[in-house]
Amino acid sequence: MARFLLKRLGLATITLFLLTIIVFFGAQVLPGNVARRILGGFADQRAVDNLNHQLGTDKPLLTQYWNWISHFFRGDLGLSLSYHVPVSSLIGNALEHSLKLAAFAFIMVVPLAIFGGVVAALKRDSIVDRVITLAGLSLTVVPEFVTGILLILVFGLWLGVFPVSANAPPGSDVLVQLKYLFLPALTLVILLFGYIARITRAGTIEALDADYTRTAVLKGMPRRTMIRRHVLRNSLLPTIAVVATQTGYLIGGLVVIETLFNYPGMGRLIFTAASQKDFPLLESSVLIVGIVYLVATLLADVAYSLLNPRIRYATAE
Amino acid sequence: MTVAQDPAAPIAVPVQPDQARIARHERLRLLGRSPTFLIGCLLAGTWIVCALFGPLIAPHSPEFPDVLNKLVGPSGEHLFGTDRLGRDVLSRVIVGARAVLIVAPLATLLGTVLGTALGLITGFYGGIVDEVIMRIVDAVLAVPLIIIALLAIVALGPSRLTLILVIGFVFSPIIAKTVRAAVLGEAQLEYVQAARLRNERSPYVMFAEILPNVMGPVIVEFTVRLGYAIFAVATLSFLGFGADPSIPDWGQDISQHYQFISGGVWWPVLFPSLAIATLIVGINLIADAIAQTFER
Amino acid sequence: MTTDPAIELEGLEVVYRVRGTDRSVLRGVTLTIGRGESFGLVGESGCGKTTTAFTIMRYLPRNGRVVSGSIRVNGEDLLAMGEGGVRRLRATTLSMVYQNPGSALNPSIRVGPQVAEAFELIGAHKGEARDRALQMLTKVQISDPARVMRRYPHQLSGGMQQRVVIAMALAKDPTLLILDEPTTGLDATVEAEVLDLVLALRQEFGTSVLFISHNLAVIAKMCERVGVLYAGTVVEEGPADQVFRDPRHPYTVGLLRCIPRRGVRKDETPLDTIPGFLPRIGALIPGCVFEPRCGLAQEICRAEEPPLYPLGDGRFSRCHFHEKAHLLPRTAPSELKTARHANGVPILELANAGKTYRQEGQEIQALRDISLEIRSGEVLGLVGESGSGKTTLARVLLGLTAPDAGSEVVLEGNPLAGRVEKRSDDQVSAIQVVFQNPDGALNRRFSVKRIIGRALTKLRGLRGSERDNRTKELAQAVRFDESLLAARPSQLSGGLKQRVAIARAFAGDPRIVLCDEPTSALDVSVQAAILNLLAELQAEEGVTYLFISHDLGVVRYISDRIAVLYLGRVMEVGSSETVFNPPHHPYTEALLSAVPTLGGEEKERIRLEGEIPSAAEPPSGCVFHTRCPRFLGDICVNEEPPLEEVESGHFMRCHIPIDELRRLQSAEHDELAKPVAGA
Repeated sequence: MARFLLKRLGLATITLFLLTIIVFFGAQVLPGNVARRILGGFADQRAVDNLNHQLGTDKPLLTQYWNWISHFFRGDLGLSLSYHVPVSSLIGNALEHSLKLAAFAFIMVVPLAIFGGVVAALKRDSIVDRVITLAGLSLTVVPEFVTGILLILVFGLWLGVFPVSANAPPGSDVLVQLKYLFLPALTLVILLFGYIARITRAGTIEALDADYTRTAVLKGMPRRTMIRRHVLRNSLLPTIAVVATQTGYLIGGLVVIETLFNYPGMGRLIFTAASQKDFPLLESSVLIVGIVYLVATLLADVAYSLLNPRIRYATAE
Repeated sequence: MTVAQDPAAPIAVPVQPDQARIARHERLRLLGRSPTFLIGCLLAGTWIVCALFGPLIAPHSPEFPDVLNKLVGPSGEHLFGTDRLGRDVLSRVIVGARAVLIVAPLATLLGTVLGTALGLITGFYGGIVDEVIMRIVDAVLAVPLIIIALLAIVALGPSRLTLILVIGFVFSPIIAKTVRAAVLGEAQLEYVQAARLRNERSPYVMFAEILPNVMGPVIVEFTVRLGYAIFAVATLSFLGFGADPSIPDWGQDISQHYQFISGGVWWPVLFPSLAIATLIVGINLIADAIAQTFER
Repeated sequence: MTTDPAIELEGLEVVYRVRGTDRSVLRGVTLTIGRGESFGLVGESGCGKTTTAFTIMRYLPRNGRVVSGSIRVNGEDLLAMGEGGVRRLRATTLSMVYQNPGSALNPSIRVGPQVAEAFELIGAHKGEARDRALQMLTKVQISDPARVMRRYPHQLSGGMQQRVVIAMALAKDPTLLILDEPTTGLDATVEAEVLDLVLALRQEFGTSVLFISHNLAVIAKMCERVGVLYAGTVVEEGPADQVFRDPRHPYTVGLLRCIPRRGVRKDETPLDTIPGFLPRIGALIPGCVFEPRCGLAQEICRAEEPPLYPLGDGRFSRCHFHEKAHLLPRTAPSELKTARHANGVPILELANAGKTYRQEGQEIQALRDISLEIRSGEVLGLVGESGSGKTTLARVLLGLTAPDAGSEVVLEGNPLAGRVEKRSDDQVSAIQVVFQNPDGALNRRFSVKRIIGRALTKLRGLRGSERDNRTKELAQAVRFDESLLAARPSQLSGGLKQRVAIARAFAGDPRIVLCDEPTSALDVSVQAAILNLLAELQAEEGVTYLFISHDLGVVRYISDRIAVLYLGRVMEVGSSETVFNPPHHPYTEALLSAVPTLGGEEKERIRLEGEIPSAAEPPSGCVFHTRCPRFLGDICVNEEPPLEEVESGHFMRCHIPIDELRRLQSAEHDELAKPVAGA
């Protein structure tokens, strides 16, 4: 197993490296000259060139890349061009918000979706199954802003139960914060439920159809015991992988929800950085999101290998 | 009795009538009976009709600003009410289908073609080619799709072509992964080895021998991704990155009228939202029905 | 103990609902198994044997149901029971072991708890269950059961896994143990061990056994009574030795004639075949199910379904003409085309060939020091168990994988490049292959015409009408009906598909055809037809075959010379008769004694201890020394014997001199008392 993990770690590192390249050079594609952005459209060309030289943005790309990377991994993320504050503080703040929302959504959706998927699989092809599968499917594909708006209209406007903005007044205690976060989190739950439930359902069905389940049944095992002991262990493995892949999205991809609910998360930060061509902020925040995703998938791999004895004890006798 | 004549020859050859053709006919019949499929067709079909014949069906001109009737609620004259410029919401909703239904299918097609090619190449060659391409795919997938799309549009400027290209390219890695998995399964089979033993060239093996056998997953991917493409197009126009601000566009209309919700003006936001929802759900019901029949 | 039979099936009819219609799978199965009796159910694929087993276990798939008939277990009506009753029966009275033991065990749970579960289900509490599980594992001859209990299934070998499954099945001391092809897929020596184990356990526990297999020899070895199943009906039943010696149903007669027997070689007699096809599942058959393929059929057979005629002595036959069954006309042509082209000239030579794989940081020596010669016009049979390297050798010869540096492979005097891409066009078409699995070997999206045609285009450069004509010729040569050329593989039976594969192989006018287990996936009757076809093609075209198989009977029938492989080394090469008779290599000797035959000869079983060593860590010296029953001593541990010509045309890799072997092996195997080697 150590072998397997080392290999995964190695691959993850390579992917990370590739990611930094893609992010950096991708950002370069964005039109706009850094110094001009700072000084404005009317500034004198010579002043612009001077500033560029000072900032080091006229150096060869590879040098710029190396500067950025070496500073990044030392914790120095540079200065934001739009806000003139250290990028790290901006990211720190946004990341904290994103993590709160993501955690809240996760805690709600994962158990619910797993339960739904297992039930759907156990009652395969019944009404319950079709409803769970179709409902889940339909809800998953509706864009978040549509779901969000519908929720806002129903719960925020007409029923007036939940606040429409996600920002609790500063200093509020946990419960109040949760109340404010509820609608955006619910939007996410609706979005993710179908997908996770479907994967769980597929994994459970595969376990139910497997030969070893047949052995258990033919041993005379009661169905509930069989499900608990034999099926669940194997059915939940694919779910882990799927849940991990959603983390990247949950942390950095919630541009729409954050816009809709006026929530200062990573998604909005990246969006703003892109529109304002704020390169330092843009590059670092995208990279952070990517790193979160890679770490999450790596952890998922570790969990998977721990739970799957075929990988944990690879050598045969 | 023909038994004694040619002993090694099978006698009455009971050939099953073309399994493949029967299967196809039965699949189509099953589809036709599946309620999911029918509802999906109804929903998606309505919008396709709107996209094709929008201007003919719409009761008013979607662009005509009736300055005297801004933000008027649903009424007999304006079934869905009017928007902030006094334009009829119903007409805008009907005509707005076109914007989405031109870009999304083309983008999905592009993504499917690219993704399938990529999946075939990585699945067939394996080894270094596979590892390298998969690493790049993983790196790209680490960044949420919407961010990539956003950045690309900021860089290249919003236009229909950009949208199609961006969404198409962004989808291809995911499709490639699915196709790759199917190809890996096929590449194990001996007919691929038999092809090598005839000195067949690699492109032939990939496209003439393997591809026909993975068309099932490819079609399913296409239909599923179509739903997501519409999702992406709507979201991007909501964020202000739509292709053409001058024509009626659901996402754009929503984003422009969102601010009026707190004032109790819900209709310019609700109806385009429902339009998006029903179109996407319709497409996905169709996709699900197709996937189901392939599974049987 | 009651004197009720263990289980009685009466007129059992089962259908599967496919796409809206009911299709008959069992058309009235009647059989009785007494207490402590072992009953064999034999038949080819699609006859319904597995369905019978699952029906007894009340485990039909969702679209299957029992239409009529009854099953009584210990006198109780099984079909009338509810969920609870069925579960009780499964926990206490009925057990089933089926093929592929690896998948029967849950990969995420250790072996110990899985075996203990069987005891918990009959009321033992955790600690007691664990102890009894340990005892049970000892009973199935697993040494160091405590360690095995802590392992996960994938860490055990196939033979071990099956023992564990058997342990679980016998835990409840059931009335009836059903074994459905339990050893198919296991190596010959491992299979013999498992079968011996089952025999021993049967003695000890007194369990009734229902043994299901397509392999008549195994059934003959294991069972007292046998029932022959065809198209969902029992067509003959009786004491095993009598049925096999003196069959009374045309199907049984035909089946027995299909099997290559000891002493029968391809140049003496072609194998008999059963013409025609199995009736389609669900077809309505008014008369005898076997009638369309029966050489003795008359009008009455078409009109009236024969009942099970009792023949006395517990024998039954479902044939109107059972007294005349042995008069079934032979289907093989009496004259054989035996134009022999064998001329002793080597066409393919390997010297010092080796292949090493690197996997997970370990070096696996799949092939080592292979020196072999294949002569023009002959059939060289290649025999070996898993890990022997025969598949790797095939891949190397075909060019699908390159051998290690220093290997010499020479085709018709010219060196052969390691990879097929680097070989000349002529060389590529010179060596072709027929694979084991006809499903995977043909592209299911192509028509037969296109499959053969493409080979003709690429290997012979034929196009247009020339190609079409040659396609028809090839189809005729393999007796493939022209009207089927437009069909796709999924429409064809296994035998027909294999004919297409053979036609494709011959499209390039090859000089060597590699047959990689070409009949292992086919039914016995179809196998006979394909073997005849291969023999005939060889006689006509003068091709050379490299015939790989694990079935010694088939290899012996068709091969001129035989090479025996073990752990990547050639252990013995010689003519068919030389290798199969003493004096021969101890491994060959053990292999032959492990394979059950229908001849009824009582051979003393030579037991090989231990498992086949892993190719990643081959034993030192002679690789066979860890299991060799004729282990000499240190010399076998330290020095690998070279492959030497010990007699004219007979090569062996053994330290024991040939005269000594002759003496030892001719003596009546008393030498088995010698202690077996350990590593």
